[in-house]
Amino acid sequence: MGRSHAGRNRGDYGEVMGMENPSEPQGTALTPDEWRGKEIFFRNFHTKFTYSWDTGVAIGHFLEALKAGKIVGRSCSGCNRVLVPPRMFCELCFRPTDDWIDVLDTGVVNTFSISYVNNDASRREQPLFVAVINIDGASPGMGFLHLLGEVDAEQIHVGMKVRAKWKPAHERTGAITDISYFKPSEEL
Amino acid sequence: MINKAGIEQYLYASFGPELKFGRWLIVSKAFTDKLVGDIGALLLDDQVAIVGIGYSGFSPATPSQSYKELIFDAASRAYAECSVNPRKDVGSFVCCEEDLWEGTSITDEYAPDQLGAAQRTLCTLSQDGLNGVATAYMHIKSGVASIAVVESHSKLSNVLSQSQVREFALEPYYERPILSDGIPVAAMQMRRFMHDYKVAEEDIAQVVSKNKKNGLFNQRSSYAADVSVEQAMRSPFVWNPLRRIQVAPPADGCVVAVLASAEKARSMTEQPVWIKGIGWNSASTSAESAVSSEALYAKEAAKMAYKIAGVDSPGSYFDFAEVDDTYAFKELQHAEALGIADMGVSKGNTQADAPVPINMSGGSLSLGDLVEAMGLVRLLEAVQRLRNAERKRSKGLKRALVQSWRGIPSSSGAVAVLGVE
Ligand SMILES: [Zn+2]
Repeated sequence: MGRSHAGRNRGDYGEVMGMENPSEPQGTALTPDEWRGKEIFFRNFHTKFTYSWDTGVAIGHFLEALKAGKIVGRSCSGCNRVLVPPRMFCELCFRPTDDWIDVLDTGVVNTFSISYVNNDASRREQPLFVAVINIDGASPGMGFLHLLGEVDAEQIHVGMKVRAKWKPAHERTGAITDISYFKPSEEL
Repeated sequence: MINKAGIEQYLYASFGPELKFGRWLIVSKAFTDKLVGDIGALLLDDQVAIVGIGYSGFSPATPSQSYKELIFDAASRAYAECSVNPRKDVGSFVCCEEDLWEGTSITDEYAPDQLGAAQRTLCTLSQDGLNGVATAYMHIKSGVASIAVVESHSKLSNVLSQSQVREFALEPYYERPILSDGIPVAAMQMRRFMHDYKVAEEDIAQVVSKNKKNGLFNQRSSYAADVSVEQAMRSPFVWNPLRRIQVAPPADGCVVAVLASAEKARSMTEQPVWIKGIGWNSASTSAESAVSSEALYAKEAAKMAYKIAGVDSPGSYFDFAEVDDTYAFKELQHAEALGIADMGVSKGNTQADAPVPINMSGGSLSLGDLVEAMGLVRLLEAVQRLRNAERKRSKGLKRALVQSWRGIPSSSGAVAVLGVE
């Protein structure tokens, strides 16, 4: 399976690509009329794949802890790191990790991105803030991807201190989305 | 490595400066004899060996471990066998996995950590594990690495859309509109094979019975059973003439193999298993494979491997063979292509005491189908049998043939010739 984006850059530009200027397509001699008029043959195919991945020991425990409103990591005595999300082996030392460690539900924004469009290129009413959060109590640079909330686009910055906004206990299912988002933990 | 600098260094080290007299070399008979002998030894030392092999899983489902934990487990065992530290000693890691069986695009990005390959030389092949062995073999032969690791696994229990994944493998323009699964392709191939080679239903039932029973001696086989030929013939049809019992059921598992150059191998293990030859081949696309009664990919891959290994008559060279039997008839078809059976052999080599016993491990029919890992599974079975030569069912076995096939609707496969001498 190659890179999923390869070869996608063709077709009915205005609609498919959400491009601003469909009258100037690049690198093709085909016109939208030729596509719409079925002068070219297509073979369409749709499929649906369903998977159910075993979480295993490390991620299973991680999700169980999230359901309980906690974030856990694993410690490695080889390199003295605390790995978040947890894993049963240390990729640097190639040895089994040692202990479960409760880390904090606070952290620091490592990097972030702001999106004003949805996947189908339609405009969002509210921008979406995606960030990598370095979790307090984990080793430097360790943490995970999540959303930011209760914050304005202009206020977000690298190094911003954040805290998890948990879903109410009865709504948690043992998923990363048991945390609704991270929000600023200090006055901005 | 043999090159000009190496030979000069060798000459200097062996004979010192007195070798040179002006611009002439003083050459004695003793010298040429030693030269020939040493270069011969060097050439012999150009071999590649399997020095460690580990596995995990081998079960219809493995819910207690993630695929990463499954791989870490198998890798730890393989490394322990030959005292290898993957963080320092391994020059090349090769993973064999297919995105759709994983459920992740660009799945190679998730391969390094659990193998000890983070920030090291790793490549992923979307191919069977035995092709990975061929790649690692080349990495060692070419001097890129002196120790290489090959990994492949199956988490088929996590793939709820196995039929859709097989459908997705069919030719999109003119096959997929007709068929919605790959299994009927196997059934049609089976009918044509039976027709051309005059193979009876009973001969195929014989393969099922033999492999299911052989599996009873193998702790890794999830689907072993004491099945008689008569019972096998009563199994319901999946797609006529293919019966349910003739199809390998899915299984989870992981195999990791450590390969090393001859120089390293001898100090890493007391029981190196040498890769005497290896070959791989892709015949042609799916539509043709449905009507071809001959497994051309296996024939051509074998030709390549036999040439490297110097095998002239495979029927008498090999002590045993691990051959693809994802569908029972495939064992007969592959045996024919590999030259270890005359057709009709169905009878001959399906017995444990045949000249070249096939699938003493129980094959896929007992072990299950581990998709891309299947080549490494057969390698594991062969390596363990060669190492256990003192055991009753392995007595005196020194040369093994391992063959893999990538499954319906592919016409790709690989072959390895193994030996302990
Ligand atoms: Zn460590």
